[in-house]
Amino acid sequence: MTPEILLDYRPLWAVLISLVAAILILMTGEKNRNLRETWTILAAFGKAAIVFSMLPLVLGGKVIESAPIHVAYGIILQLRVDTAGMLFAGLASFLWIVTSFYSIGYMRGHNEKHQTGYFASFAVCLAATMGIAFSANLLTFFVFYELLTIATYPLVIHKRDAEAIRSGRKYLAYTLISGQLFLVAIIWTYIAAGTGDFQAGGFLTLEHGSTRMLQVMFFFMSIGAAVKAGVMPFHGWLPDAMVAPTPVSALLHAVAVVKAGAFGILRVVGYVFGPELLGEIGAADVLAWFAAFTIIVSSLIAMNQDNLKRRLAFSTVGQLSYVVLGVSLMTPLGLLGGMFHIIAHAFMKITLFFCAGAILVTAHKENISEMHGIGKKMPITIGAFTIASLGIAGVPFIVGFISKWNIALGALQGGQWLYIVVLIGSAMLASTYLLPVAYMGFFKKSDKFTKYGEARKDMLIPIVITATISVVLGILPNFGAHFYDLATMSAQSIVHSIELIGGGW
Amino acid sequence: MYEFLTNSLIYWLVAILFLLGFFGILANNNYVKKLMAMNIMQVAVIIFFLILGQKLGATLPVLWGADTTVEHYINPLPHALMLTAIVVSLSTTGVALALLMRIQKHYGEIEEDVILRRMNK
Amino acid sequence: MREQLPALIVVVPLAAALLAPLVAYFSKTMVKLLTIMALLVANISAVTVLIQVLNEGTLNYHFGGWAPPWGIEYVYDPLSSIMAVLIAFVALVVAIYAGPFLEKDAKFKTGIFYSLFLLLSVGLLGMMVTGDVFNLYVFLEISSLAGYALIAAGGNRATVAAFRYLLIGTIGASFYLLGVGYLYGATGTLNMADLAEILVPLMDSSAVIVAIVMIVIGLGIKMAMFPLHGWQPDAYTYSHPAATALIAGVMAKVPAYAALRFFFFVMVASAGPVHKALQVMGLLAAAGIIIGSIMAIAQKDFRRMLAYSSVAQIGYIIVGLAIGNSLALIGAVLHIINHAIMKSCLFLVAGGVKWRIGEHLVEKYKELNKKLPLTMGVLIIAALSMVGLPPTAGFFSKWYLVLGAIEEGMWFYVVIIILSSLLNAIYFFRILENVYMKKSDQEVKDINSDGKFELPLQMLVPIIVLGLGILILGIFNEPLVSQIIQFAIPGGGQ
Repeated sequence: MTPEILLDYRPLWAVLISLVAAILILMTGEKNRNLRETWTILAAFGKAAIVFSMLPLVLGGKVIESAPIHVAYGIILQLRVDTAGMLFAGLASFLWIVTSFYSIGYMRGHNEKHQTGYFASFAVCLAATMGIAFSANLLTFFVFYELLTIATYPLVIHKRDAEAIRSGRKYLAYTLISGQLFLVAIIWTYIAAGTGDFQAGGFLTLEHGSTRMLQVMFFFMSIGAAVKAGVMPFHGWLPDAMVAPTPVSALLHAVAVVKAGAFGILRVVGYVFGPELLGEIGAADVLAWFAAFTIIVSSLIAMNQDNLKRRLAFSTVGQLSYVVLGVSLMTPLGLLGGMFHIIAHAFMKITLFFCAGAILVTAHKENISEMHGIGKKMPITIGAFTIASLGIAGVPFIVGFISKWNIALGALQGGQWLYIVVLIGSAMLASTYLLPVAYMGFFKKSDKFTKYGEARKDMLIPIVITATISVVLGILPNFGAHFYDLATMSAQSIVHSIELIGGGW
Repeated sequence: MYEFLTNSLIYWLVAILFLLGFFGILANNNYVKKLMAMNIMQVAVIIFFLILGQKLGATLPVLWGADTTVEHYINPLPHALMLTAIVVSLSTTGVALALLMRIQKHYGEIEEDVILRRMNK
Repeated sequence: MREQLPALIVVVPLAAALLAPLVAYFSKTMVKLLTIMALLVANISAVTVLIQVLNEGTLNYHFGGWAPPWGIEYVYDPLSSIMAVLIAFVALVVAIYAGPFLEKDAKFKTGIFYSLFLLLSVGLLGMMVTGDVFNLYVFLEISSLAGYALIAAGGNRATVAAFRYLLIGTIGASFYLLGVGYLYGATGTLNMADLAEILVPLMDSSAVIVAIVMIVIGLGIKMAMFPLHGWQPDAYTYSHPAATALIAGVMAKVPAYAALRFFFFVMVASAGPVHKALQVMGLLAAAGIIIGSIMAIAQKDFRRMLAYSSVAQIGYIIVGLAIGNSLALIGAVLHIINHAIMKSCLFLVAGGVKWRIGEHLVEKYKELNKKLPLTMGVLIIAALSMVGLPPTAGFFSKWYLVLGAIEEGMWFYVVIIILSSLLNAIYFFRILENVYMKKSDQEVKDINSDGKFELPLQMLVPIIVLGLGILILGIFNEPLVSQIIQFAIPGGGQ
């Protein structure tokens, strides 16, 4: 089933619209705050509109491409919208709208400095994310990947104090070094195969090199993506990056940057190497072991963290490895589950981070030990937190369950029982490190929070929205943007199988 | 032996002169002496070119009567080139001396180690 | 007139250089105008010649009507034409930039400065376009002498630095001249095209081997190839801020271009001795890349950091020559152009900061983004380009070099290039950290802060122009490569 290719410039507009917004934001500056925020909101809505306008076409099995730009010898930049790309882009563009409103509330409520730079960098980050989602070949992917690193750096060091600078340096060191390894692997691929164009099911074969060489290439490429995805032992930058303001942690380090890494793994496994080749050289198993290791160990570390955001950071590390695990299983349901978890985890984690930010701004508390009894004063916030926590643990009727169910079935499909144990174990661990927060919030007595009330409206409404969507998608996974269908179609195209047995919802 | 004297000795002498100049620049502490060694080095190169123009039994490149046989006159081209090189050497020496005067005025010395010490204090 | 354009590129600035001290007696503004006009004429001529050469093929200009190999000729092929445009452009931009620095000087001194500046440009332009190896020596010395004097204009320490540079530079020029002497002795001609023909059967003779060694050493000293780079840090650090951009950005590149000419156009590059010489140069350059980057990290003075960085960057160009296939040569030529613009831009920024707050230590650069927002924005672009991140120009020249290295199977150079990019990131990001992040403990004094703009317009506009140039060279490098550079390297297209 070769998809029909349409020539269109909408992918390019999707990327450019927030670049234009970034320039406008920089020019407006502090002179007129409301105008500056308007640029962000307009760009967010515009971007989402462009992306979703392409959704029906992609669901219908067509692929949208924009014309290639020949930048230098061997470097062809091209944007293509296929099902996997639409999945990621739809998620990111929708969540940007929500996060923008939340950011405004957070920045103003917390009286943050450097707001212009913040909003401008955010806009550039989203442009880079769109570019990553819509990349048609490895080099385009790399260019936008590095752009994302550069654009997120000012956001990580937002506070500009010594701790922020240190975290920024660590972030840069991890991402730039892995980026160079990624580049070497990409160039190698181009020379071996003559092209870097993503193709469902992969375009590399054993003819392109010896097994050893292909294994090394896969290793380098995976490191490049795995660092951003926070797979252990390359996760070191993520907890430290929590010094950034919470909206940054929410959208970028729960959604954009880490998901870009996971998306990268997806592209490498599914669209460059392909399940067949990986099965032959046996490299994906190693990736799966790293993922499983990460899932368990990160949950254990998370239990020890008192700072709420750091606990959520380690949770993110673990949850991202669900995606990596699902993808490296290379069975149809595993791929489906992994890809859907990109969506599921995004909504749940962003809710959790939004709540953490709300607590910080309203009650000025960062550590869990100081949050006893806060639920009495901030019931909606902690209520949303509870729902999202249940979702992360994998309770049915919340979206997290669907992806985990599919990953588990995918493990069964591949005959790899061990991973099911890992999944069940981590579900239990997740409940131990997240649910107590909610419990203590509601049920422990404390007099400390008499002064503050519930969070500001512009922070509360996004929280409610994302929490609600987590539940809605848990019941009707295709609601709205047909994420489930997109994930299914991508998995099918990668594995070329016609029927998916069981699974689904 | 005779061959060596007529063919190669001059090149060896030029090489020794060149290396003497080079060594002089490196080994001397006094800037003026370095400058003089530099001049010696440049002179060595100039002479090298001039040697290339010599011919056995030939005379100055001024037309002598009606004799236009090329072998009777030495090659004038290297001499012309070396006029340029001498001018270059002269200007370089001029600039160097001007710089040295300035250095002497400010640092009071023209020995290198003293100057470097005073410069980096 | 059109036939004389190739000569005008060199002659007009020369005439202006001779007139400048005279004109300065009348008014400083007039001498500034004279300089800018002369360089503008040179620019326009260079661009016209470039277009003509691209359409019609190589242009040969015979001085005095004497045909080669007896006369001296200027050869304008695509390579030298684009280089001429580059030098003329950078010279013009820096000449405009120099204005505010000379405001306080006496009229005569200003005239002398512009005169030297023009002489430097003449020397560099002449070196680029000449087709005669001895003529190259003459222009080399012209540019060097002007360079020594311009460096010395920077103060008392600068005088010592200039003198030491003079000694080493003259050694280098003497080596080069000696090499030329051997070539002349072996072939009897000084014309490059003629040499190329006559040398073909002679490539393995001892005279030519000695000539190659001498020329490598001579040019190596002039372009600060490791380990002959000792003069460079002091010279660039203490030089007069108005001239440093031209000296640091362009003057070191021209000997590299001369090496390209010698080894690929005059001599046969695949011949034994040349090949070995290039291998040795490549290894030395690789060492220079790493050591230069490491030394740069250790520096506290911004200009000294940039000087060590230049040692590393010249290394890239030489590595490109050493690899030798068409991709790598494209990378080397592209890097000559890119680095000239990048380094000049960085030195202009350094001069601008010195103008505004009188500091050149990186740790004193705190919170500069408030005082000099546009300048620091350009600094970001230049820093990203030096590190080698797309879509800035620096990425693309490294890209071609890496591709060329991989094609030849020289993975060693690939590792070196990638490692050095990461090292560059360290010291450039440290500067950016200082500029954007650290709070200053004491109030940083403004020395000159007149006017509505952060820097005088004469300084700000060149900085922004070069910054935009980096972006444009990056984004549009494809037409640059396919229209111009492709025809410039030996072997024609790829």
